[in-house]
Amino acid sequence: MPLFSGHDLTCFRGGRIVFGGLEFGFDPGDALILVGPNGSGKSSLLRLMTGLLRPLAGRVQWDGEDIAEEPETHNRRVHYVGHLDAVKPAFTVAENLTFWAGLRTNGEAVQPALDAFGIRHLSEVPGRFLSAGQRRRLNLARLKASPGKLWLLDEPATALDSRALEQLRAAVASHRADGGMVCAATHADLGLDGASTLDLAGFGAKDAA
Amino acid sequence: MSGFMHILRRDLHLSMRQSMDSSMVVAFFIIAVVLFPFGVGPEPNILARISSGVILVAALLASMLSLERLFQTDFEDGSLELLALEPVALEITVAAKITAHWLTTGLPLIIAAPLLAVFMNMPAAGFPILLATLLLGTPTLSLIGAIGAALVLGSRRGGVLLSLLVLPLYIPVLIFAVGAIDAAVGGLPSKPHLLILSALLVTTLPLCPWAGAAAVRQALDT
Repeated sequence: MPLFSGHDLTCFRGGRIVFGGLEFGFDPGDALILVGPNGSGKSSLLRLMTGLLRPLAGRVQWDGEDIAEEPETHNRRVHYVGHLDAVKPAFTVAENLTFWAGLRTNGEAVQPALDAFGIRHLSEVPGRFLSAGQRRRLNLARLKASPGKLWLLDEPATALDSRALEQLRAAVASHRADGGMVCAATHADLGLDGASTLDLAGFGAKDAA
Repeated sequence: MSGFMHILRRDLHLSMRQSMDSSMVVAFFIIAVVLFPFGVGPEPNILARISSGVILVAALLASMLSLERLFQTDFEDGSLELLALEPVALEITVAAKITAHWLTTGLPLIIAAPLLAVFMNMPAAGFPILLATLLLGTPTLSLIGAIGAALVLGSRRGGVLLSLLVLPLYIPVLIFAVGAIDAAVGGLPSKPHLLILSALLVTTLPLCPWAGAAAVRQALDT
């Protein structure tokens, strides 16, 4: 049985079933790419994996145990990058990142994380002056600033230029080489060798009914 | 505990950068009280009679004014969902944010209150009790208000809804705080009132972070 898996998941949102009977499974080093048309539930599935959303039916399990049993333990494993970048306009780039890293570590990986996404020169710039791409880089830098085995990325390449995309690819590759897992809903090429693909179009409401 | 301090420090740091927010609450408190002598006339006896009620109602409204920001900005910029996904119990996170709210709004109100009491011609016997009631009452207001602030997350016109939800729940604090001051001014023991205020604080202290966290979870589960 895979380390991180979902069984017979049904997601119900806004009065309709988004998908039903969905299965997935990961082992260390694996990558999973979610594809499917808009509204097919890619973001919802990622939020189910974080534990923010509860499935209507089915289970999300880590090593055979439901993630809802020990949410804080699951949170320690997960890094989630959503649509919103969670950058505080009043804090500088370094302060923003130090806060997030400080919740899990004592913050020694903050500078290397800023380097990894090419925003070290912006360390002292307040968040309000960042462009959309720089804010996204800062959000992605959280991935490197503190440990987390499972990266859940929701359209991570939004607003990134080609250089930043290359840095994201490198970060993902080194994470997987260290035995990390990545699940991404993306249309960009993240260079995920040997990644499996999950097409959510096949789990739509008609199949669930 | 380190998670609590980390989030508390961050919220205090943020509100120091945006010190306008805190000072506006105090300014509202002062202006609201100052309006009363203009409205009811400068007769010292009348002002002394209504001083405790006016100061406490104004403090209550000022405290409520800042509640909307408690979770709203973090909710809108995505910080709240990331905080919920950190290895810190959401109840602890909510408790830290409530503490920061009290330190940045409740505490300044307590500091400004004696000045307003002089202004409203409150008898000197009421001063220490006014401070005591505010010290016990304002944390309770922050705690109760946090539930409301979390419940209105994601709704339009949240501020108005928030006041409708929260103000009725503030009534017990108001009754016993005014009762304590009036008792002291009238030469009666105010201890029973203060004990009930303490009881309200001790009851809300464990319950409100828990209920607030449940409401935040509900808001994020969309």
